[in-house]
Amino acid sequence: MKRFVRWLSILALTVLAGALLLAISSLPPAPVKLAGEVAANLAVSGVSHPVTAVLLNFRGYDTFLEVAVLIIALLGMLAAGLPPPPPTGSRNAMLPTLARLAVPLMVLAAVYLLWAGAFRPGGAFQAAAVLAAAAVLLHLAEIQGPWPDNARGPRLAIAGGFLLFLAIAAALLVNGGLLRYPPEQAGLNIVLIESGLSVSLAVNLAAFFLLRAPKS
Amino acid sequence: MNLAFDLLLAAALLWSAWRTLATPQIGRAVILFIVFGLLLTLAWARLDAPDIALAEAAIGAGLTGALLLDAVAALRARRPNMDGDET
Repeated sequence: MKRFVRWLSILALTVLAGALLLAISSLPPAPVKLAGEVAANLAVSGVSHPVTAVLLNFRGYDTFLEVAVLIIALLGMLAAGLPPPPPTGSRNAMLPTLARLAVPLMVLAAVYLLWAGAFRPGGAFQAAAVLAAAAVLLHLAEIQGPWPDNARGPRLAIAGGFLLFLAIAAALLVNGGLLRYPPEQAGLNIVLIESGLSVSLAVNLAAFFLLRAPKS
Repeated sequence: MNLAFDLLLAAALLWSAWRTLATPQIGRAVILFIVFGLLLTLAWARLDAPDIALAEAAIGAGLTGALLLDAVAALRARRPNMDGDET
């Protein structure tokens, strides 16, 4: 019986895979050449890297919601109750040395990624992930202790980057469009938003590791 | 040469994905998940999508992997003898 069910599920999966392959191979060509549109409007986007232009200018609204989703994930974790801090003093002795060597380089790499985002692969999310990884490394090496759940600094940092994005979006509403930058200020706006987002996202991602319930 | 590399990469991706799901030891599954993420980074780089490759390496393999390792450590602290005995 068990064997029969297994063969039946393999058969069903094969049929499904075949149907999906068939559907993909018969997709109609895209009605709009989006890559061409992006290339044609790159000059007014304020940056010269097409991916950053799409993420922060043409589809800035999507990025805005993405950041909000991460904050909601953190709120969910806070609502579900934080785990207790792990026991201390059992870590490898090499780890603090490695952390002290690596973390300055990681911060440098994060700043580079943020700066490079304007004209080549990089950007706020990648910079934030590297910064958050540096914070996690410091935490694992027990150089940086856990954050209590009522810590004010992380909350201000997380809200600050998001509110800066929101403020710029609200200020641009006067021109009659959400996140529609005037071309001459687009570069400055994008740099401001990306810098704020890097800090906000880095603290947000690090908070998933570092926020711990106070020792009772 | 490039075709051989791509085929090897695709095979390694499928293999690591299958091993990640099929392995009974939870700690090993997390390590395999990180391996899968790093192979996926290579695949994105081969597809000329360095932006996605960077994001996958930093967020997919790095942070998610560390988060999963953290979760395994927390589970282990709660139930000390769960290391692969549940096969």
